[in-house]
Amino acid sequence: MTDQAPDGEYDAWLDSIEAGEGYYLECGNGHGWLPPRRVCPQCHDRDLSREGLPDSGEIASHTTITVPTPQFEDDAPYVTAVADFGPVSVTGVVRGADPADVALGDVVGLEVGERATTGDRLVVFRPR
Amino acid sequence: MSDPRIAGAGVTNFGKHPERTGRDLFAEAGLEALDAAGVDPEDVESLYYGNFMGELAEHQGHQGPLMAEAIGLDVPATRVEAACASAGAAIREAVKTLRNGESEVVVVGGAERMTNIGTAAATDALAIAADDLYEVRAGMTFPGAYALMARSYFDQYGGSHEDLAHIAVKNHEHALVNEHAQIRKEITVEDALEAPTIADPLGLYDSCPITDGAAAAVLTTEEYAAEHDLDAPVAVTGTGQGGDNLALQDRPHLAQTPAADKAAEEAYADAGIGPDDVDVAEVHDCFTIAEVLAIESLGLYERGEGISAARDGKTTRHGDRPVNLSGGLKAKGHPVGATGVAQLATIAWVLDGSHPRADAVPDGTVGVAHNAGGTVASTTVHVMEVKE
Ligand SMILES: [Zn+2]
Repeated sequence: MTDQAPDGEYDAWLDSIEAGEGYYLECGNGHGWLPPRRVCPQCHDRDLSREGLPDSGEIASHTTITVPTPQFEDDAPYVTAVADFGPVSVTGVVRGADPADVALGDVVGLEVGERATTGDRLVVFRPR
Repeated sequence: MSDPRIAGAGVTNFGKHPERTGRDLFAEAGLEALDAAGVDPEDVESLYYGNFMGELAEHQGHQGPLMAEAIGLDVPATRVEAACASAGAAIREAVKTLRNGESEVVVVGGAERMTNIGTAAATDALAIAADDLYEVRAGMTFPGAYALMARSYFDQYGGSHEDLAHIAVKNHEHALVNEHAQIRKEITVEDALEAPTIADPLGLYDSCPITDGAAAAVLTTEEYAAEHDLDAPVAVTGTGQGGDNLALQDRPHLAQTPAADKAAEEAYADAGIGPDDVDVAEVHDCFTIAEVLAIESLGLYERGEGISAARDGKTTRHGDRPVNLSGGLKAKGHPVGATGVAQLATIAWVLDGSHPRADAVPDGTVGVAHNAGGTVASTTVHVMEVKE
């Protein structure tokens, strides 16, 4: 585990997922984003409200990474995926499934896990 | 508005030169460009220099003045960083400076030293072009990001890994006669399909190599070129740049690159041409799927049709509109911060007839260069035309 200052709203967002209260930010026009955001990059609206993240998402794309960066050396091979939660999409690592069985459209839940190589916190998708 | 002329260009041999310093690589390319241009070094008024990972690979920031000094110039020198599109963005700055009358002669270039830190550290360094919080910390690598885009493309439009293999085969074949290319080895579709997987569906032969190298060009105003009787028949007639959300998760499509659409539209409008006027293109094929996305964004193919262009022979040197006659990033190599200017040099040499693959487009007068950063959150497009 690297001993360094937390990354503000990002680490607070991970805390919220760990507490079962995951959220996203929504502008007045319904555009969804993950923190930190002070303005909607799509419509300039600065009035962003916290909304609860949907309980599950669908795998929008995935890849099994066999050549990792050194920070993921002991994790490889692993599946990195983008999952569509409706108002926002999230990037994470799929756990609890054989990489060969991961498919587009799979329904996954969101949790915080640990990177095997470094012990850092990690966004994890688990098949529902 | 006058169109800047490409007075001369130089590139180092691309490849593994772990012992060569960035400043020496750039000095070779820069001095070659100055010699080819035949301009008095005293006339050069500024340097725009592309570099991406100098801090990580060489523990060297503040590379602008260092590189000006390396080519014997005492001029305002600015490093431009836009990941893999750093040199394309540097070209754009040079073009704007020449057009607005700020300068008459500008050197533009880029260099990257990468192999000295090894594959693992280079993979790590390349990954920082992605969103650190939301992508890199979720294990995203540079090939991994393009693998996500490739899978999404296949799902949305069809196509297969075999279609991508044809792009690798084409670009390897194009590079066979390019003495600057890192990889000069013919491969087959079977070789590409059987190569080890890096990030499925992408394998080793879908990926550009890790490369050391530099490229430079001397750009002048049209008036300066005429006054000094320079042999500079090719002009940069259009420039465009587009941006996008840095993280793939924040984009509405994973299989489209709107930053490149925007850059192409702007560059075409600037040059007063359309995609149908393009005779030859150098595009940013850091991965085979990237060539597909590029030629679609450039409007050379409809969405979903770029995937089969290489397989159908349309983008080979025998095709109606060759793409990546240099061998592309795939075979020529990808010294990140130099790539955009190496593309510009290739197009200039193809159009003036001096490139070994110029015979593919003997009557070609219009070329485009597409340089993309990260997962195409930055793209520059430049149009080049033969003027006389
Ligand atoms: Zn909005």
